[in-house]
Amino acid sequence: MFLEQLINGVTLGSIYAIVALGYTLVFGVLDIINMAHGEIFMFGAFVGMLIVSKAGAPLPVAFLGAVVVTAAMGLLLERFALRPLRGRPGASHLASLISTIGVSILLENIAHKIFGSGNHLFETSFAEIRFEVGPVTIYLVQVVILLISLLLMTGLALWLARTRAGKALRATAENLETAGLLGVDTNRMITATVVIASAMGGVAGVLVGMAFNYINNQIGLSMGLKGLAIIIFGGMGSVYGAMAGGLILGLSETFVVAYGSSGYRDAIAFVAIIVILLIKPQGLFGQAHAEARR
Amino acid sequence: MLEVRGVDTYYGNIRALKEVSIDVPGGSVVAIIGANGAGKSTLMKTIAGALPQRSGTVSFLGEMITGLASHEIVRRGVALVPEGRSILSRMTVRENLEMGAFTRRDGKKTARDMDRVMERFPVLKQRAGQLGGSLSGGEQQMLAIARALMSAPKLLLLDEPTLGLAPLVVADIFAIIREVNAAGTTLLLVEQNVKQAMKVSSYTYVMETGKIVLSGPSRELLQEPRIKASYLGKA
Repeated sequence: MFLEQLINGVTLGSIYAIVALGYTLVFGVLDIINMAHGEIFMFGAFVGMLIVSKAGAPLPVAFLGAVVVTAAMGLLLERFALRPLRGRPGASHLASLISTIGVSILLENIAHKIFGSGNHLFETSFAEIRFEVGPVTIYLVQVVILLISLLLMTGLALWLARTRAGKALRATAENLETAGLLGVDTNRMITATVVIASAMGGVAGVLVGMAFNYINNQIGLSMGLKGLAIIIFGGMGSVYGAMAGGLILGLSETFVVAYGSSGYRDAIAFVAIIVILLIKPQGLFGQAHAEARR
Repeated sequence: MLEVRGVDTYYGNIRALKEVSIDVPGGSVVAIIGANGAGKSTLMKTIAGALPQRSGTVSFLGEMITGLASHEIVRRGVALVPEGRSILSRMTVRENLEMGAFTRRDGKKTARDMDRVMERFPVLKQRAGQLGGSLSGGEQQMLAIARALMSAPKLLLLDEPTLGLAPLVVADIFAIIREVNAAGTTLLLVEQNVKQAMKVSSYTYVMETGKIVLSGPSRELLQEPRIKASYLGKA
C-alpha cells in the first residue's frame, strides 16, 4: 500500500514538476509569470486526446502533435503578446504579465468553443495493463509517465549545464544586458525559451491525460495554480527548485488522500508550502538576496 | 579604427551625450576622463550597442555599426567590460570565460586562449569551478577582463576597470592593459584614475556634462593647467 502510494505520488509529482519547469524557464529570462502557460498545457492535452482517442493513433504521435502545436503557440505568444511590449520606454515589464493573462482568457474560451465544457475521455490502449510485483500493483501508464518526465528533466538539466545554448540561456536569465554584450542574441534566446517551455507544457498535457484518463477545459487553471505554487515554493527561476517542488507537492497530495481525507488534498498540500515558505521565504532553491537577480 | 561622429544618446528625455565625436586609431590606447555623470559610461555603452543613440554615427574598421544590437557588435570584434563588471554570478568562473568566447567558432584556438588566460590569471585557474559571485572585487574585475579577452577582440572597451580596487590590484590592472595593448589589441579606457590613465594612453578625451570639452595627445594634456587643476589635484 505504502509503496503503491509512493509510486502514485512520484508519478503525479513528476507531471507537476514538468508544468512548473515551463513557468520557471520563462520567469528566468523575462521576470514574469507566463499566465498563459496553463492554457497552453491544456491545448497540449486536447491535441493529445484528439490524436489518441479520436484518431486512434499511437501515443508517440500524440506527444509529437502536442509538442508541435504548443511550441507554435509559444512562438506566437512571444511574437505577438510579449515582444511588442519589451523594451518600450515607459512600459513596465508587468505589462507583459497582463498580456499573458489576456492570452490565457482567449485560449480558455477558444477551447470552450471547440471542445465544450464537459469531460473528454483520454483513452490509451494500455491504460489497464498492470504488473504485480509482490504485493504492489504498478500500471504501465505510470512507468511511461515516470520515464518520460525523468528523461525530460535530465535532458533539460544536462542541456542547461553542458551545452553552449544552455549556458547562453542561463546567462540571458541572469542578466539580459551582459548576455547581449557577450554576443548572445537575447531576443532569439527569449523566443527559444518560451517555445521550449510551451512544448514542455504540451508534453505535460498528454501526461495528465494519460494519468487521469479524462480532460476538460478547466485543467489549465487548476494545473496552472499548482505550477505557480511550486515555483514560488521551489524558488523563483530555479530549475531544480521546480523539480523538487513538483515532487514534494505530488507526494504530499497523494499521501493526504491515501491516509487522510481526499477533501483536504489541496488544503494540506498548500499548508505544507506555506509552512516551508515561512521558514525559508526565498523558496527551497531560491537566491538568498534580491541583488542576485538582475 | 573606431570613429564616433556627432553621437547623441538620451535617457528618456535627458540628453546624456551631446554630439560626441572621438577617434580611436588601431593599435593605440585612448583614454576618456571626466567627473561622475559626464557621460563616459553612456558613450561606452552606446559604442557597444547596449544603448540606442538618437543621432550620429559609429563606424568600426570602416563599416557602419550604428544601431546594431550589442551581440552583432561583439561579433565584429568590439568587447565591452562594463562598469561594475557584470560577472555572471550564478555561473562558474570557467563558464564565464566560455561565455566570453560565445561568438567564436574556432574551437582549437579558443581552447588555446582559455589555457593562456588561465596561465595569465592564476587566481582564475584556482577558482575555475567556483561561482562567479563568490569572487572578491579584484578577482571579478580580472574575470571580467579575461572574459572579454576570450572573444579575441580587436577593440577592447574598459569602463572604470580600477573602480573601488586596492592599490596593488590597480597596478596589476594597468600592467594588464599594457600587455593586452602590446599584444596588438586596441583599447578605449574610461578611468577615474586620471594620472595612470593618461600615462598608459597616447591620446585623451575630457568629458563634461555629455560633451567632449578637451582632447589631445596625453603627454601634452598632462601639462595642461586646466587638467592639472581639475583632475590631477595640482594648482
